[in-house]
Amino acid sequence: MLFLQAIQWILTPANWQTVNFGPGIGGELVAHLWLTFLSTLVAAVIAVPIGLAIGHTGRGRGGAILIGNVVRAFPTLGLLSILLLVLGLGLPPVVLVFVLLGIPPLLAGAYAGVESVDKQAIDGARAVGMSEWQVLTKVEVPLALPLLLGGLRSAVLQIIATVTLVSNYGSDSLGQFIISGAATKDYVQMTAGAILVTVLALLADAVLASAQRITTPRGVLRGAGSRTTARGRRPLTAPSGAPISEGS
Amino acid sequence: MDWVWTHAGAIWALVLEHIGLCVPPIVLGFVISIPIGWWASRNAAVRSVLLTVGNILYTIPGLALVVLIPVILGVPLLNPVNIVVALTIYALAIMVRSAADAFASVPEGVQQSATAQGFSGAQRFLTVELPLAGPVLLAGIRVVSVSTISLATVGSLVGISSLGDLFTDGFQRNFLLEAVVGFVLVLVLAAVFDVLLSTAGRLLMPWTRGARLSSRAARTVAMPLAPAVRR
Repeated sequence: MLFLQAIQWILTPANWQTVNFGPGIGGELVAHLWLTFLSTLVAAVIAVPIGLAIGHTGRGRGGAILIGNVVRAFPTLGLLSILLLVLGLGLPPVVLVFVLLGIPPLLAGAYAGVESVDKQAIDGARAVGMSEWQVLTKVEVPLALPLLLGGLRSAVLQIIATVTLVSNYGSDSLGQFIISGAATKDYVQMTAGAILVTVLALLADAVLASAQRITTPRGVLRGAGSRTTARGRRPLTAPSGAPISEGS
Repeated sequence: MDWVWTHAGAIWALVLEHIGLCVPPIVLGFVISIPIGWWASRNAAVRSVLLTVGNILYTIPGLALVVLIPVILGVPLLNPVNIVVALTIYALAIMVRSAADAFASVPEGVQQSATAQGFSGAQRFLTVELPLAGPVLLAGIRVVSVSTISLATVGSLVGISSLGDLFTDGFQRNFLLEAVVGFVLVLVLAAVFDVLLSTAGRLLMPWTRGARLSSRAARTVAMPLAPAVRR
């Protein structure tokens, strides 16, 4: 019943204009998307080049894994409270928190993507005379793209989920309806907020998943068929069956 | 620091409440994922359906799930059961994948020789497959434990008590120390749980102790387990 009332609340045009004298669904949605976009962009600009460098050179991988594990243990709510208390409210500190959360998955996607590239393809590229830069941009990045976008997908979802929390700290996001709904015991509004956030996350996931599918080179897909059957048993065959790779 | 000592009792109560919220999802996630993961490791169609559902559930933001569960279950919003159910769903989303990988990692030949020696299905599962899947299961439950302990704090936003209360209260009162204490306690709790789990793993699987390779194998398996990279 509450669920249906919440759907009705979402479908009420007036609620898209303004709610509780604040921005309505439209305004909060735009704020949510804008924060997500801005933070993901900054995180990607920082993390992707570093991740590609780690994947290409094979150096610094341990550090990247460590950062990923430590950040995963961070309670995002605590990170928000502490950084906003230290740095004050406003766009830059809020974005900084999301950037911190977005970096590990993007980093992991970038280096795991480059590492997943068949070493023979890289050796082949070197053998036909490509420079290191060409190897990176023409072989490694295109082949790494699906995993790189996988990292982007994780980062975006992590950020969308955390942007929801920011309404507790006075910024606008779709979480506003959950926070103020809980505070005023307006459970219809609160449920509506939760539905909106969920739909947004699922839509973003679906869009990025199809981007991942589209960017997978056709040759890789064809090759993957034989590989997926060995899934799970791969660790056993790897030590004896791995192709000899030189100079990487 | 005086604040910490004068409020030690209240803080300790929050630690206990936090533990109370986190232990059931970790245990339930582990126990439920074993039969499901085993099934998924036998059947590719089941595996892909379960992993897709898990992925979708994992995509739902924590705060939204905590709000939607009482609506679906029909329990009051402030019932801690909501958080436990939400955290169990996340735990399963991670753990089913890892259990499926764990059982798939048991070599086919070992299973066949167990059958050839006359092990019944249940015997083979309990004495051969489960122990051999152990290291990967352990890696999975360690990831679950860390993320559960950190996620449980979200409940504070809708009034379910946990260490997250120190974050929201500290922010409202403009009191940095309180938020920092909460943050450190969450990390300490996660570390304690991790040590307990890996110790339990070493006691239950003594054969992995000396073998460095297997611990490394478990760690490399833990990497793709992390929701960091989605395929």
